[in-house]
Amino acid sequence: MHQQTIPSASFDEHRVIHDLKHFLPSQQALKDFIHHNTLHAFQHMKFYDAIFKAAGIFGYGMHLKLEEYRGLYHTGRIRKDVLDRIIATKGDDAAGWERKLLHENFQQDNTPRIGQLRKYWKDHYQFDLDNQVHPLLFRVIAAFLDQGVSITGFPVSNKGFLDSMRQLESSSVSSFFKTKAIRKRFISGDYNIYSLLTAIVGDESYFEQYLFDMHFAHPGWSGFVSAVEDNPQTLLDKRQITLIEFTSFELLMELDALSFNLGSKWKPLASAVETPPADLFAPVEKTAFQEVIACWQDAFEWSYYDSVLKGLQRWNNRPQPPKKEKSFQAIFCIDERECSLRRHVESVDKTAETLGAPGFFGVEFYFQQAGSKFYDKLCPAPVTPKYLIKEQDSSMLHNNEILYSGHTHGLMTGWLYSVLGGYLAFIKTLKILFRPEMSPAISDAYSHMDKFSVLTVENKDLKDVENGLQIGYTIAEMTARAEGFLRNIGLVNHFAPLVYIVAHGSSSANNPHHGAHDCGACSGRPGATNARAMAFILNHEKVRGSLAANGISIPAQTRFLGCMHDTAADEMGYYDDQQLNKEQALQHDNNKLAFENALDLNAKERSRRFASINTKEELQKVRKEIKNRSVSLFEPRPELGHGTNTLAIIGRREISKGLFLDRRAFLNSYDPTTDPNGDVLTNVMKPIGLVCGGINLEYYFSRVDNKKMGAGTKLPHKVIGLFGVANGSDGDLRPGLPWQMIEVHDPVRLMVVVEHHPDIVLKSIQSSPEVYEWYNNEWVHIMAIDPDDRSLHYFRNGGFEPYHTLMGDNEIKTIDNLKDFIETAEEMETNHIIHATKENLPVYLLEEVGN
Amino acid sequence: MKLSEILLDQILIVFVAIPLVAFLFSLAWKNHQEKHISLLVLVTKVAYLAFALVFAAIWIINDSGTLQFDFLTLYETDAFVFALQFYYDYLSMVFSIVGAFLFFMVTTFSKFYLHRDEGFKRFFSTILLFSFGYNLIIFAGNFETLFVGWEIIGLTSFLLIAFYRHRYLPVKNAYKTLSNYRLSDMALILVMWMVHHYMHKNVSFTELPAIAAKIATDENQGAGLFIAVMILFAAIVKSAQFPFTSWLPRSMEGPTSSTAIFYGSLSVHIGVFVLLRTMPIWEPLPVIKWSVLIFGALTAIISTTISRIQTSVKTQIAYSSAAQIGLIFIEVALGWETLALIHFAGNAFLRTYQLLVSPSVLNYLLHHQIFHYHPPLDKPLGRIQATIYSLGVKEWNMDINMYRYVWSPFKWIGKQFGFLGNQPFFAFLLMSVLLRGTSMLEKRNYLTAASSTTLFFGIALVLTLAAFSFRGKAQSAWKLLLLAHLGLFFGFGTTAPEKQTDMFLYMGGILAAFLAGHFLLRFTEKKQGELTLNQFSGLGFMHKNTALAFLLSTIGIIGFPITTAFIGIDVLFTYIETSQVLDMVLLTLTFIFLELAAIRIYLRVYLGPYQDEHGVIAFRSS
Repeated sequence: MHQQTIPSASFDEHRVIHDLKHFLPSQQALKDFIHHNTLHAFQHMKFYDAIFKAAGIFGYGMHLKLEEYRGLYHTGRIRKDVLDRIIATKGDDAAGWERKLLHENFQQDNTPRIGQLRKYWKDHYQFDLDNQVHPLLFRVIAAFLDQGVSITGFPVSNKGFLDSMRQLESSSVSSFFKTKAIRKRFISGDYNIYSLLTAIVGDESYFEQYLFDMHFAHPGWSGFVSAVEDNPQTLLDKRQITLIEFTSFELLMELDALSFNLGSKWKPLASAVETPPADLFAPVEKTAFQEVIACWQDAFEWSYYDSVLKGLQRWNNRPQPPKKEKSFQAIFCIDERECSLRRHVESVDKTAETLGAPGFFGVEFYFQQAGSKFYDKLCPAPVTPKYLIKEQDSSMLHNNEILYSGHTHGLMTGWLYSVLGGYLAFIKTLKILFRPEMSPAISDAYSHMDKFSVLTVENKDLKDVENGLQIGYTIAEMTARAEGFLRNIGLVNHFAPLVYIVAHGSSSANNPHHGAHDCGACSGRPGATNARAMAFILNHEKVRGSLAANGISIPAQTRFLGCMHDTAADEMGYYDDQQLNKEQALQHDNNKLAFENALDLNAKERSRRFASINTKEELQKVRKEIKNRSVSLFEPRPELGHGTNTLAIIGRREISKGLFLDRRAFLNSYDPTTDPNGDVLTNVMKPIGLVCGGINLEYYFSRVDNKKMGAGTKLPHKVIGLFGVANGSDGDLRPGLPWQMIEVHDPVRLMVVVEHHPDIVLKSIQSSPEVYEWYNNEWVHIMAIDPDDRSLHYFRNGGFEPYHTLMGDNEIKTIDNLKDFIETAEEMETNHIIHATKENLPVYLLEEVGN
Repeated sequence: MKLSEILLDQILIVFVAIPLVAFLFSLAWKNHQEKHISLLVLVTKVAYLAFALVFAAIWIINDSGTLQFDFLTLYETDAFVFALQFYYDYLSMVFSIVGAFLFFMVTTFSKFYLHRDEGFKRFFSTILLFSFGYNLIIFAGNFETLFVGWEIIGLTSFLLIAFYRHRYLPVKNAYKTLSNYRLSDMALILVMWMVHHYMHKNVSFTELPAIAAKIATDENQGAGLFIAVMILFAAIVKSAQFPFTSWLPRSMEGPTSSTAIFYGSLSVHIGVFVLLRTMPIWEPLPVIKWSVLIFGALTAIISTTISRIQTSVKTQIAYSSAAQIGLIFIEVALGWETLALIHFAGNAFLRTYQLLVSPSVLNYLLHHQIFHYHPPLDKPLGRIQATIYSLGVKEWNMDINMYRYVWSPFKWIGKQFGFLGNQPFFAFLLMSVLLRGTSMLEKRNYLTAASSTTLFFGIALVLTLAAFSFRGKAQSAWKLLLLAHLGLFFGFGTTAPEKQTDMFLYMGGILAAFLAGHFLLRFTEKKQGELTLNQFSGLGFMHKNTALAFLLSTIGIIGFPITTAFIGIDVLFTYIETSQVLDMVLLTLTFIFLELAAIRIYLRVYLGPYQDEHGVIAFRSS
């Protein structure tokens, strides 16, 4: 078939579809939950310009409500001195601004531009087109993309969407269309977007808006189709579909519904338009209300930042702890959920050292679990690895759950299953209620890899290539990764006898969003394989030899050990510890004890936010209850995920040690003294905006508008096609985060604090336009802390300027006893922001550290 | 022995008292007092379960036989008795024990699952009320008692489907389910009406064999068939059998756990219960037996093919469950009662479990796919295969056809009379003139009383339909409902002018409900400006208490058992003779659409998406 040319220059189908793809949600299948900036399409603009523009076009809620800001102010969580400082920047009329912020009511028309054209179907023809088209359209697209909910799958394979549908339609007696004419037209293929739009809309100048209106009536499905088009690998059972195909099919269904219901009583929509709708992308008018909101949001953010920055400056004032022999070192993921565990490890064993590195630990590869038919990407989402690591000699069993069988949906097998299996279901229901335990139905972070299996980390022969991927790394490749990894975190000397590389994953039950709890730096997977691979590399004698030649000498008795922390269950699994020699094994047993004690304390600290657990109970009991949450099918909050994240600290541990940061800080180890020119820093800074900023902004937007940018409460969610969730059987897919995950989150942008001279930091973020955009457009704040004089420098409008904290030297409160402190947490009264995030704590000094 | 039997009779009341008392207590707490509400539910579920088990044990050990207890006679005239009667036999026992366990498990699950939901209290209050309704049905000793429970289950279903009441789809689908339920309500009313005329009294379930005996000896089987057909119809709709199955997956809009107890297990099996309970009536009639069998078989086959093609986990479970209920219908028709009961309990437990764990299917099946995936092969596509697949995706057009062939025509009629809504006062005048006119004509024998009854019933139906499809002011639609009742009132007045007490009960209740609703709408209007029915306004978000009060007025004006109108309506029905076929049709249709029109006003004014102060409104398709 030859490409039909489009007769007009004004409507360019490919450009419009391309633009649409840009604005639609880009979330892939839920198993690949990769946090990203929900407003990625607006990232080229400054943050406030972007959010108000997005609000004007799409009607998103982009900030807290005015009353909520005011409530936070009255409860003291937005500080008066911070607000006053912001008002002072507004010019002379301080009193006027104060009145506006605190008292004035703003009446504004917030009708979004989207949907204003297509609403004429209802206004003019009293015809509810969406009601006629959506339910069947969603069923058709779900049937085509389904990964295995259905027992009888889509009957046409290995063809594109429209070709498959055409074959189904022409073979079937029952049609998806209500009119014969449209059925004929669909089967003959005699249509394109332009001709369909001409019939439906008429006036070509409205075509673009019509398509935006149409897709944004169901952004979930359109966004998912677009994501599958761009990333076909997100579906294991691949599907060929394009947004153009989906658009054509929907237009056909619309034309069908219109002809069937309105008969000859309608003319193309353009003829009904009385006042032409505003251009979608025209500039959004600036209003006083927007300015007020921006002031409040800034005040909210800086009320938090200011105290934390003051805390981070204090290191200089404290005496250095005497150097002791290190008992062990543990390298954690930078994930803010590890912030508290690191603190507890250090408090349990005062001679232990902890570090932080992005959780793929410098090794990027595809991983194939033994028996798996697919590869899992284990590195940050934008990276495309060239290596494959295979698991061998696994003895892991994959058990089945009998009542999840498709036979329960058969006719006669279903009879057997309900007559007999029903009583098993009865027992199982009692069991999940009163004896929750791990089962094949629960996503287990440790089921990703067998503890005793062997990984093909080392390449034996360059010819070992599978599907274009090299199996394992050569010695040189391993050395390069090892060196990069160690230098980035500044760990180039003073190695302890045992160095743990601690990945993280998360176990949870009944949770389609479990991927969002796993490691963001491993594309939403548990990171154990990466930890194990890097440990293998660093233990490799030849690698050590090459490293020594490059100036990093690892003592022969030092051993690296991969392990993984389950952030929901608060458990730790160790890999390859059977290979330790006797002496190391003895040390390892001691260290394990330290980890266990730290996990007890970590569980207790986490329990402060869980109403179902009494924090004052015995440590062991609290720990058990925390573990139970991760295997309880009735628990919608197995853990709180990244909720509350606000900080990223790039620097030596000493800056943040001794501070209580309430699990809110991404901690990336970096030593400016080993990198005076900032060459390493450039590498370190590369993923920060994307990974930490992405997580932060996804939580931000899901929090401020859970109805449109989040997934709403998860209680009614239905799993669709194994790739998404929807609320009802006729509903749209719901991308974004569910309410239960963002409930305790304060919508505050990320503050990245980098320990280095401002000019070096500036150089590092200017290394590439993509990195620079995050900071320059204010989606993420960045502050440099000078390693010499501890002065602070805030980046704004292309340069760093000095920042002086408002908080005084002795104003930061001190925690005398962390245990008592944790036990004072109050249960939240309601989930209104005033109550819900009251326990999101700023910074405290810890009395016990350093003595 | 004797003593214990008497005692057992009387304490049957405890089964319904436990959930009712718990429901009333639950209203006392606020939403965030989760601990208190949970404690109340804990006490209730343990007490009920223990009671159900102990009672059953004593009953079996004593070999007490069927128990019946006349609890309370609410209303009595020479021809009509409205009594609450309770009943206990094997059927009640199985349904109560299965219900007790499911209630126990699902509320335990929900305590954690619903934690900090903005509707925590609302959820448990509604579930308790549902439990009350369920127990009224399974322990009912006569149709009247069963009907009260039936209505309560309908209302609580509606409330839990629309649990997320400020999104569009839950509200729409709650209304859809309610419309289906309404059909089954009317079928039951017709059963009661016909039984009353046929037996010349209100019968209790112990007397069902007498009905059967009368049908068997009756030359004209019409009345008996009518009763049986209506029972079957009520059961088919309530148990989501073909061609009504499509409401079942659409009702799954609430939290997973309420979906599990309603649509996975208890509520959806009520049709089976009714069939089993009324078996003495229809079992001797071969036509009905065959119909039960055929509808069961059709549902079993069609729902299974649909279920296998579904891509949403809960929808799939809904169709599988309906298919199994189809098989239970067959078992019932074949007289295999014990098997049917075993199957019912098994299906209820299985589907409850499957729904509760349904979110985990994503992880489980993906994991399975990783190790067992085979790339698809190109296969030829046959005509039958393609057709079955397409029909499965489209759910055999059940949803569309329901709208197109059942509701849409009435909507169209209503639209033609939309002008009445704009001039309710004019309609009122017209009605008064007519009343005066007909009575004059009757006096001069130009018109029979019977035809003026028909005329007034016809007017009532037209006014109801006008309200049902009205898109103008909410107040006007509300007034149309009162006028429709007035039409019925005049109709009854001409057919049975001597029954003034009953008429007073009826109109008094309606008037009270109308006035309450009227002032609530006025109150809301004062704050929000004009209220129209053209779209959902979601005003309940800001006016929670007004919305609740208006809901009460709504169920009052449709004759729900909260005002005297309920009894009035039941009695008045008995004044329509079996010969008045047209009157009965008009009356039945009027009552179907009265409820739908009234609830629609509530929905459109107080439920649905609302715009928050920043103009953010949920996607309609979410």
